[in-house]
Amino acid sequence: MSPVLKIILQRLGLGLVTLFVVSILIFAAVNMLPGDFAQAILGQGATPEAVAAIRRDLGLDQPPVTRYFLWLAGALQGDLGNSFAQANFASFVGADSGGSAASVAKQIAPRFWNTMFLAGVTAVIAVPFAVILGILAALYRNSAFDKFANIFTLTSISSPEFFLAYVLILFLAVLNPWLPSLSNIYIGMGFGERLEKTLLPALTLTLVVTAHMMRMTRAAIINLLASPYIEMARLKGMSPMRVIVRHALPNALAPIINVVALNLAYLITGVVVVEVVFVYPGIGQLFVDSVKIRDIPVVQACCLIFAAAYILLNLTADIMSILSNPRLRHPK
Amino acid sequence: MSRLLTMTDVWIEGRADEVWNPIINGINLHLDKGEVLGLIGESGAGKSTMGLAAMGFCRDGVRISKGAVDFDGIDLLKASAGRKRALLGKRIAYVAQSAAASFNPAHRIIDQHTEGPVQHSVMSRSESERDAMELYAKLRLPHPEEIGFRYPHQVSGGQLQRAMTAMAMSCRPDLIIFDEPTTALDVTTQIEVLASIRDIVTQFGTAAIYITHDLAVVAQMADRIKVLLRGDEVETAETRTMLSHPKEDYTKSLWAVRDFVRPAKPAVHTSATPVVSVQGVTAAYGKVDVLHEVSFDIHAGRTVAVVGESGSGKSTAARCITGLLPPRAGVIEFDGVVLPADYRKRNKAQLRQAQMIYQMADTALNPRKTIGEIIGRPVQFYMGLRGREKRRRVEELLDQIELPAGQYFERLPSELSGGQKQRIGIARALAAEPKFIICDEVTSALDQLVAEGILKLLARLQDELHLSYMFITHDLATVRSIADEVVVMKDGQVVEQGPKAEMFTPPHHPYTDLLLSSVPEMDPDWLDTLLAERGIDNIGDAAINKID
Repeated sequence: MSPVLKIILQRLGLGLVTLFVVSILIFAAVNMLPGDFAQAILGQGATPEAVAAIRRDLGLDQPPVTRYFLWLAGALQGDLGNSFAQANFASFVGADSGGSAASVAKQIAPRFWNTMFLAGVTAVIAVPFAVILGILAALYRNSAFDKFANIFTLTSISSPEFFLAYVLILFLAVLNPWLPSLSNIYIGMGFGERLEKTLLPALTLTLVVTAHMMRMTRAAIINLLASPYIEMARLKGMSPMRVIVRHALPNALAPIINVVALNLAYLITGVVVVEVVFVYPGIGQLFVDSVKIRDIPVVQACCLIFAAAYILLNLTADIMSILSNPRLRHPK
Repeated sequence: MSRLLTMTDVWIEGRADEVWNPIINGINLHLDKGEVLGLIGESGAGKSTMGLAAMGFCRDGVRISKGAVDFDGIDLLKASAGRKRALLGKRIAYVAQSAAASFNPAHRIIDQHTEGPVQHSVMSRSESERDAMELYAKLRLPHPEEIGFRYPHQVSGGQLQRAMTAMAMSCRPDLIIFDEPTTALDVTTQIEVLASIRDIVTQFGTAAIYITHDLAVVAQMADRIKVLLRGDEVETAETRTMLSHPKEDYTKSLWAVRDFVRPAKPAVHTSATPVVSVQGVTAAYGKVDVLHEVSFDIHAGRTVAVVGESGSGKSTAARCITGLLPPRAGVIEFDGVVLPADYRKRNKAQLRQAQMIYQMADTALNPRKTIGEIIGRPVQFYMGLRGREKRRRVEELLDQIELPAGQYFERLPSELSGGQKQRIGIARALAAEPKFIICDEVTSALDQLVAEGILKLLARLQDELHLSYMFITHDLATVRSIADEVVVMKDGQVVEQGPKAEMFTPPHHPYTDLLLSSVPEMDPDWLDTLLAERGIDNIGDAAINKID
């Protein structure tokens, strides 16, 4: 077996183990939340009998270990359980609702795709922007441009997200009505319209994630500029741009890829504030709402998706870093 | 012949701690077309800085403060960056000391080779590729048709160095700066590279500045030699004149370095128990055996030199003795007692008896500890001394290595020179009061004069403290000066061993012969004679054998 394939399989295995451990942590953490769904839904005047009835019906009276394994077994088969909040309470009196409208998967799926769409649009804008900015900053290091790029990106990462969002709304939606300030997208919307409505939140997020990637690109490249092979390229009379793009960048890819992956993971898991500001129906809002009403199956599923996104993106970053190393691609 | 390069009254400064310090003090240098100038001196003499200045190039934190560099009518110090770039690589090329570090690891060799000609619009990509293969063949690289399509890490050091020479030739420049191109290579590989470089420079009539600290090498390569000392020129002369009649004392002292030879010691009693006895040791990294049934003895108060090319298993043998790499078979005896194979299973007394001195004193000393702490640590750990007693012992050790304790106790390693750092390494080994010390290429990173000082110190300590040394080296001059017995290794096997006198008198094992005859000699005709003896084809064959 080629060494690269072996490493990739190893990492994949490790990723699965991590995901398993994370699933235990998620389950434990969610169960440690004070109060439960029955109390939350019935309010303060609930009789103990009613609370107990709902708990029994939802299986909350089972010991935690049993519930964990039931949940895990379901999740492995692709069944993330049923949302408590969307459950048809008719079933409590014995009538089968017959529908799977309440399944967590059904509830999360559209939100998840919305989040992926937003993350995708942001990535397409932010990653090239940050990397090119980083390359230019490295090329003109210590110049006015370099300083401006650093200050600009640091300012934007240091400002609260909602503030950036309002500034963008002010300039791009209010003063110059180019883009819609509300991102109320729905199923069946055309791609163009969807893209237009997603653009403002995507730009906000771009401002949030650019600094990290740009500064890492700049640092990783500058780090290499003292290498003998960079000196060699200069002594061969290569232009500064060529020295950086052709000679430094390929060797600086590993750290850059890792930071990009980290920021992409953030785009999938950490954009609640931006979603709220633009009323964007993403998974972040759903997650927060579900925590509020202790809709445990949805919370767990969201957590699992977030964890899987982190693990998968880091795994991809690892693999791409490995592939960017010719020593591994072309063994002796 | 017409003048190609003229450097007039060049002053160069380097920046350290916000102050500009002089590196080169007003040196004049000129070079005719097709001429080879040798630039020689110890490290810190400013050779490389001068070589780069000949290209109008300064490293970061270095500046040419005064002077003029005229290359074929173009003032390189006044020319615009674009104008200079058009010359670099095309008319002036550079060959660096470490080809392994100077080839970009991310691109194939041929891609880096053709970059110059294509970017400078000298040849098309396919023309340059074909030309590269011809150059590889001329430089006697094995498989010239395909070697370029490998990545740098897939090619040996000697081959990379030749590929770099080919790359420097790619635009057929008028001038090449060779910056210590063979310093990092084994003697046997060095010959191949030297011969290749000289051939190709002669063939294309390229002028060259050949920078080295090795006199014997420069004697083979240069028409004229310029000696530098701390940024000043000592003297310049034709190679033969310089070798036969050096004028300045410093030049003469450089020449005399190789004369240090210890008197031979009486033979060892056959009944004596050796201090260290390596018996039939076979060791492996992973599944690959790298040592095959290696056996040798080291007796009290004697020095055994272990010689061989890199990869011959010298350092692996040392790792087995210290217990860092438990052997797969065979035993290590110390004073007739078998040592546990793994150092973790040895007790403190056993660990104390075998100490090590490393090649790179730079990396072997903790940069954040003072000299007192570095030496004090083993004093406390092995000898259990504390407080004032510990301090007294450290001062005693500093005394033994000829560094005044009052001055050095509180210093950090970064405040010492290379030779002084290596002395601290010796003191640290002595702190454990061992019987036996492994010296792993302890002088390879040092200049000849400094190295000689270290060798003399080691010899004196051996006499005073009755130490035994295992002296790992690839430098036969060092062997000649310090060894009592010699063990020659190749491919993880001992090919020959015996007293030094025997080893240096024929008949030799063929491999010993190859090693001995590969050591450059001062005679400017040495390389020609040797190549004629061996036949040039043999060198090519040797290179091919290496790759297979």
